[in-house]
Amino acid sequence: MADFPKLLTSRYELNESWLLSTVEKHGAYEVARKALTTMKPEEIAAEVKEANIRGRGGAGFPAGVKWGFIPKGNTKPVYLAVNGDEGEPGTFKDRTIMERDPHRLIEGCVITLFAIGGHIAYIYVRCELVKAIRRLEDAIEEARQKGFIGDRPFGKDHKIEIYVQPGAGAYICGEESSLLNSLEGNRGEPRLRPPFPAVEGAFRCPTIVNNVETISSISEIVRMGGKAWSDLSRLPRDGGVRIYGVSGHVKNPGIYEAPVGISMRELVYDLGGGMLYENRPLKAVIPGGSSTPVLRADDVVNAPGENDPLHAWQGKSHLDVPMGADTYRALGTMLGTCCATVMDNSVNMVEVARNLIHFYAHESCGQCTPCREGSAWMRDILDNLCRGKGRKEDVRLLVEIANNIMGNTICAFGDGMSMPMLGLVQKFYDEFLEAAKNGVPGSPLGDSAKELMLGSGA
Amino acid sequence: MAFSLTPELEKLVDDLLTRYPTKRAGCIPLLHLCQRQVGWISSEVIDFVAKRLDMSTSEVKGVVTFYTMFHQRQVAPNVIWVCRTLACEIRGGRLLQKHLEKRLGCKVGETSKDGQFTLLSAECLAACGQGPAIQINDQYYENLTVEKLDKILDEYAVENPKAATVTK
Ligand SMILES: Cc1cc2nc3c(=O)[nH]c(=O)nc-3n(C[C@H](O)[C@H](O)[C@H](O)COP(=O)(O)O)c2cc1C
Ligand code: SF4
Ligand code: FES
Repeated sequence: MADFPKLLTSRYELNESWLLSTVEKHGAYEVARKALTTMKPEEIAAEVKEANIRGRGGAGFPAGVKWGFIPKGNTKPVYLAVNGDEGEPGTFKDRTIMERDPHRLIEGCVITLFAIGGHIAYIYVRCELVKAIRRLEDAIEEARQKGFIGDRPFGKDHKIEIYVQPGAGAYICGEESSLLNSLEGNRGEPRLRPPFPAVEGAFRCPTIVNNVETISSISEIVRMGGKAWSDLSRLPRDGGVRIYGVSGHVKNPGIYEAPVGISMRELVYDLGGGMLYENRPLKAVIPGGSSTPVLRADDVVNAPGENDPLHAWQGKSHLDVPMGADTYRALGTMLGTCCATVMDNSVNMVEVARNLIHFYAHESCGQCTPCREGSAWMRDILDNLCRGKGRKEDVRLLVEIANNIMGNTICAFGDGMSMPMLGLVQKFYDEFLEAAKNGVPGSPLGDSAKELMLGSGA
Repeated sequence: MAFSLTPELEKLVDDLLTRYPTKRAGCIPLLHLCQRQVGWISSEVIDFVAKRLDMSTSEVKGVVTFYTMFHQRQVAPNVIWVCRTLACEIRGGRLLQKHLEKRLGCKVGETSKDGQFTLLSAECLAACGQGPAIQINDQYYENLTVEKLDKILDEYAVENPKAATVTK
């Protein structure tokens, strides 16, 4: 199996890795001390920009660029909101940082706050993650006791406070503007943009919203320098290493740190240990959370144009394309959170669509009619299709509804639900037609599920 | 009867409100504290939070109804959330749910007859790589099989004699 050097997860295996006394012996807060005592905020921001780190929360926006959006000459307080809502189905990486190395995140917050001229960070964590919340709160207290945060962190005259803010069970609060509304004590409904959070965010002040993993990468970026971090990646303009996840029908589901730009083949067959059952090959993979359109096992790259970014892979399996924000967009999907859901050939894809649309129908915040009504309508259609009460026209209708949601909503939830629905229907059209005829009888979850439960499997 | 927090929790609220430039921002953490004390968000809790944070009761109610984790009805002392989302489901989540329904003698959304467990369906718990997963109160249980689930419930039954009737 490929053995990649570990930076973000280097301390995961230490005994009581969440305690300051443990991680301090392994470099924790060295970089924060250096940054606050010897560097200028602009210097830190410049390293982060050069690191080419794309946001790890799903959208892949360059963090260094985002930090630059705080208005020049701003006189209002600046906030950092760290996104630990981790609700995207298939995604389970941020939780491991918060539970197993909370000090890495706290150190990242300290450095980031100093770099952006902020004094308060709120780490917004979904409240189900009780262990993560406790570990973070304890870590903050430990760091305060040591004088790493507080009025004069590392003796520097730059007050820093970090608070954990619990969510209350709403996927939409992972969307950055909804997160801010929730943080302010409101219903977690997304806001119209502009203004963007970096200009007017929490409490109407400039706010940088970054994912837990993004902020947890900051100390290593500053330690090695932006250029060196960027070069860890196999891709240009998409720097560093990241935490991949793989779940579903693989032998070794879990999280793995690796450079940006490894291939899906490496993720599934090397890191993930390959398919769970020898006689059940890969059918499809959802690459980076449920909002990223599905890839079929037999999809090949169609990039005939010389200038197409994927031209070098023309005619090859998508499994060999390096996983990056830009390469995956060119493939017609998205990299998302880099946590892949792997499905073998016992899974019915109409049932997959049904499972996911129930999630979206449950989680739509309800502000936009196309999203609220469309999600419920698609849910009912897919329920009917699976129960054998569907009609052929329903398949077309699904496409129509999804198309009508796209681009017509306040936030990206609408697209994040419609694109994968369209992808499933387009790539598995025959299966949808078959469901319209005969429903989805038998074991819709896939035979693997049954075997795993009854203990006769793997 | 009017609701009030225990003095220990009240102290936490004072500390909490120093964190934000507005009082209202304390709304969700405060609701969590109240729920921790009485198990759900009654109309008395809503009145209390509104008063404490200078909000109207309808604003607080708007917040409560938005979020899944605020119980708007009384629930049993133990709440079981079973993940129904894709990664868990393809590894057997739905079979776990069926087994729980059988053993507890109630459907998802209901409380067991002995009043000890409320069974609820969860959306992705961020444990997909360790699926299928469930949450019992504050604790996650991962990589489950029917057998492992039975063991967990058996242990619960021993520790909570009141729950023994349904968890056989
Ligand atoms: C519906 C929806 C849900 C989201 N959920 C999360 C989430 O749970 N965690 C996260 O970090 N970003 C999530 N995002 C992305 C955030 O809006 C935002 O882009 C991100 O937190 C920015 O941080 P980054 O640039 O470091 O990735 C979500 C976006 C949408 C549209
Ligand atoms: S797209 Fe959906 S989730 Fe986003 S604001 Fe509109 S209704 Fe809410
Ligand atoms: S799908 Fe069950 S924890 Fe993510």
